[in-house]
Amino acid sequence: MNVSTPEIGIVTKTKNVRPKTKKELSVEMAVHNLNFFYGDNQVLFNNNIDIYKKQITAIIGPSGCGKSTHIRTYNRIFELYRNQRAVGEIIMSGQNILDSSVDPILLRRRIGMIFQKPSPFPMSIFDNIAYGLKINTTIGGSELAGRVEDALKRVALWDEVKDKLSDSGTDLSGGQQQRLCIARAIAIEPEILLMDEPCSAIDPIGTAKIEELMIDLKSLYTIVIVTHNMQQAARVSDYTAFFYEGHIIEFGETKQIFTNPQNQQTEDYITGRFG
Amino acid sequence: MFLSPIRYNRMPIVLEAWESASSDNRIKPSSEDRAFRWITGISASSILLLMAGLIIVMLFYSHLALREFGFGFLFSDEWNPITQKFGALSSIYGTIISTVIAMLIAMPMGLAVALFLTEWSTPKAESFFGTAIELLAAIPSIIYGMWGLFVFAPFMADYVQPLVNQYLGFIPLFQGPPMGIGMLTTGIILALMILPFISSVSRDVFKMVPPVLKESAYGLGSTNWEVTKNVTMPYALQGIIGAGFLGLGRALGETMAVTFVIGNSHRISASLFQTGNSIASTLANEFTEASEPIYLHSLVALGFVLLLITVITQLAAQLWLRHVVKKAGGR
Amino acid sequence: MQSSSLKTRMATDRLIKVIAVLSALIGLLALVWILVTVVGKGIGALDFKFFTELPTPPGMIGGGLVNAIVGTIIMTILAALIAIPIGLLAGTYLAEIGKGSRLADIIRMVNNILIGVPSIIVGIFVYALLVIPMRSFSGYAGAAALAVIMLPIVVRTTEDMLTLVPDSLRESALALGVSRWRTTFDVVFRAAKQGLMTGVLLAVARVSGETAPLLFTALNSAYWFDSLKEPVANLTVTIFNYAMSPYSDWQQKAWGASLLITMGVLFLTITARLIMKKQRKQA
Repeated sequence: MNVSTPEIGIVTKTKNVRPKTKKELSVEMAVHNLNFFYGDNQVLFNNNIDIYKKQITAIIGPSGCGKSTHIRTYNRIFELYRNQRAVGEIIMSGQNILDSSVDPILLRRRIGMIFQKPSPFPMSIFDNIAYGLKINTTIGGSELAGRVEDALKRVALWDEVKDKLSDSGTDLSGGQQQRLCIARAIAIEPEILLMDEPCSAIDPIGTAKIEELMIDLKSLYTIVIVTHNMQQAARVSDYTAFFYEGHIIEFGETKQIFTNPQNQQTEDYITGRFG
Repeated sequence: MFLSPIRYNRMPIVLEAWESASSDNRIKPSSEDRAFRWITGISASSILLLMAGLIIVMLFYSHLALREFGFGFLFSDEWNPITQKFGALSSIYGTIISTVIAMLIAMPMGLAVALFLTEWSTPKAESFFGTAIELLAAIPSIIYGMWGLFVFAPFMADYVQPLVNQYLGFIPLFQGPPMGIGMLTTGIILALMILPFISSVSRDVFKMVPPVLKESAYGLGSTNWEVTKNVTMPYALQGIIGAGFLGLGRALGETMAVTFVIGNSHRISASLFQTGNSIASTLANEFTEASEPIYLHSLVALGFVLLLITVITQLAAQLWLRHVVKKAGGR
Repeated sequence: MQSSSLKTRMATDRLIKVIAVLSALIGLLALVWILVTVVGKGIGALDFKFFTELPTPPGMIGGGLVNAIVGTIIMTILAALIAIPIGLLAGTYLAEIGKGSRLADIIRMVNNILIGVPSIIVGIFVYALLVIPMRSFSGYAGAAALAVIMLPIVVRTTEDMLTLVPDSLRESALALGVSRWRTTFDVVFRAAKQGLMTGVLLAVARVSGETAPLLFTALNSAYWFDSLKEPVANLTVTIFNYAMSPYSDWQQKAWGASLLITMGVLFLTITARLIMKKQRKQA
C-alpha cells in the first residue's frame, strides 16, 4: 500500500497515462456522480473523478465553474451552511463519506484544508498549531512543543518565527500566515490536503514558497489544489481536471491536458480563448 | 468502522504517542455538538417564552378591569380610586401628546445633527459631537428627571413660558400659568432623550448613500443643501422613517423622566403648559398604592395598553426596516 | 431650484448649515448642562458618611446610603449573572446554529420587540410573577426584573458581534476536525472577544441606572437587608423617593446618589466604547 516516494515528474514521463497509472497508483478518493445544490439551484452535475494517492491533482476552470464547491464536498465543510446539499458518492477507505453515518469531525481529521484567504486563529503562532493537536490528541508539554516545531519546519516557517512564537498569528505577513495555516493543517497528520486557491491572496514570492512546499509535501500527502492560475497548475500538479459550468469536462495527466487536450472546450480555456 | 485509528506511517519519532493518544481519545463529538445545539436553542427560545409570558401575565392581572369596563376603559377619562371607576383616556392622551411634542422636536433636530456629522463637519468635530450626543443616550432616565424637575422646569417657568405666553398666548396651546412642569417641558426632555437614537440611525443611513450619487449632483453645480435635499434625503428616506419608529418607541414608554416633570394629574387640557399624566407615570406613581383588586387590575390594564402600543410600534419598525433592507438588496 | 437666483440658493444653503450646527450644539449643551448640574449639586453630598452609614429617619440630618449602594451593586451583579450566560448562548444560537432558519428569524424579531418594551412593564411582569407569589417585595425580584431588561440587549449585541467574525475562521477550525461547539467558543468567541465585552458592559451600564423596574420589585428600604428575600435598598429608587420628599437634606442626598449613578454608568459606557475602538483599530 505504500507507494515508493515518487520523484517529481516520474509519472509525467510516462506516455499514455490513464491505464498504466491505474495500476501503479492507488486511488485515495473516488468521486461518483456528485451533484451539488444551493437551495434549488444545481451547481455541480454528475462529477466523476479519482484522486490518486500522494499525487497533486489540480482543479482548474473559469471562476464560478464550481471548482471550490467541488472540493468543499470532500470534507463536508459546506454543511456549515443551511441551504447547501451534496448528493452522490465520495468513496474513501471503502465508505461513502457523504453518508450521514460518517462523522464529519472524524472525516476532517483525515482531510486538511487550506483556504483562499489565510485565516490564522486569533491566538499566538504557537497556539495556532498546538490548538488542533490539543483538540485531537492528549499530547502535551515538550512533546507538543516538538510537534509544533516540526510542523513549522516542514513549511519552512520555523526560522522566521522561532523567536516570536507567542506573538499573534495575525501579525504575520500574508504569505507567512498561509504557511502557518498549512502547518496547522499538517500538524494533525491528515492524509489529504485540500487547497482552495491558496495563493490568490499572496504576493509572488510567497506564492513561489508555497508551490515549492506543495511539491515537498507530496511525498507525505495526497494534495488537491483548486487554482485559477493555469501556470500554477502546470508547474505543480500531476493530474488536472478542467471544470466548466459544474461539469468535469476533462481529467487527465497534467502534461497531456496542457499539451494535448482531448476536448475543444479545454483547449479553448488553456489557450486563453475564454475564461 | 470508517475511522479505524489513522495509520501514521511517517514521522517515526512521534508515532507511538500519537497512536496511544488517538486511542485513548476515542471521540464523542456528535453528542457534544447535539448538546450545544440544544442548550443554545433553549436559551434562544427563552426569548419567546418571555414575550409570551409577558402578554399572558399582563392579561391575567388585568382581566377584572377589562371585564368590568370593556372597551369603555379606553375612552373614559374618569380615574377615581374611591368610586373605583377607572378609564385610561387621560393617560393615553398624555402619552400621545408628550410623544408627539418629542417627535416634532427630535426628528428635525436628529436629522440636522446627522447631516452635520456626516456631510459638513471635520472628522475631529464628527467624533467629538458624535460621542457627546451618543452619551446623551447613556444618561439614566432618572437623572433626566432630576435635572428636569429641579433645573429645567424652573428655567422654563422663569424664561421660556412667560416669553411664549406673551407672544403666542392667544393660542389655547400656550395659555395658562407658567409652572415649569407640564406637557411641554416633558416633551422637550423626551426629545433630548430620543435625539441620540434618531441621529445615530440617520447617521448610519446617510453614510450608506453611494458617494457617486452625491458627486454627480455636485458636478451639476448643486449646493450642499441641494444635494442633501434632492439626493441624500430621498435615498435615505426609508431608513430615516425606521429611525423615527425607534425614537417613537422610546418616547412612548419612558417612565422616570416623565414622572418627575409631567405633574401627574389625571386630566386632559388643551394647554401644553398644564400638567397631565402618561401611562408610564401613572403606573410609577400609583402601582404600590393599589389596594383593591380592581384598582390593581386597572393599572395592569393600563400597562397592557402601553405594551400593545409599543409592541405594535416596534413590530411596524421591524417590518419596515426589513422591507427596506430587502429592497436595498434588490437594487 | 434652477429658477432661484444663486444668491438665494447660497443663502438657503448657509441657513440650513447654521441650523445643523445649532442642533449639534444644543445636544452638546444639554449634555454639559446635565453633567454640570449633577456634579455641582451632588459633589457636596458625597462625604465619607455617604458611603459608610445607613440612612437617617425622615427629617433627621446626616447618615448615608451605604445600604443602597451595596443593594444596587448586588442586584446588578445578580442580574448580570443570570442574563449574560443565557444571552450569550441565545445570541450564539442566532448567529451560529439557527442562522437563516425560520425559528431564528422569529426569535430575532421578538427579541428586538422585547428590547423596546418599556422597563416599567417589565416591573409589573416581575411583580406579578415573583412578588405576588412570594408575598413580599424582594431583592431577587429586583434582580430578575433587571435581568429581563438585560437579556435581549445581550442577545442582540452577541449576535451582531459573532456575525462580524468571517466565515473563513469557522471553516478553518471545522476543517481541522474541531467540533462545532469548540469552534464557537475557542475560535469565534475569541475573535469577537472585545465586541462581546463591549456588549455586556453596555448592557450592565444600561440596567445599573434603571429605576422603573425596581419600583415594584425590590422596592426600597432604609435598612440593611439580611437576605435578598426582603426589600432591598437601591440608589435609583432612593433618588426618586428622596427627591420627592420635603427634606432638603434628603434632596441633597438624592443629588449625591445621582452623581454616583451617573459617573458609574458613564464610566461603564466609555470603557465599553474604548474597547470597541481598540478592536476596530486592530481589525
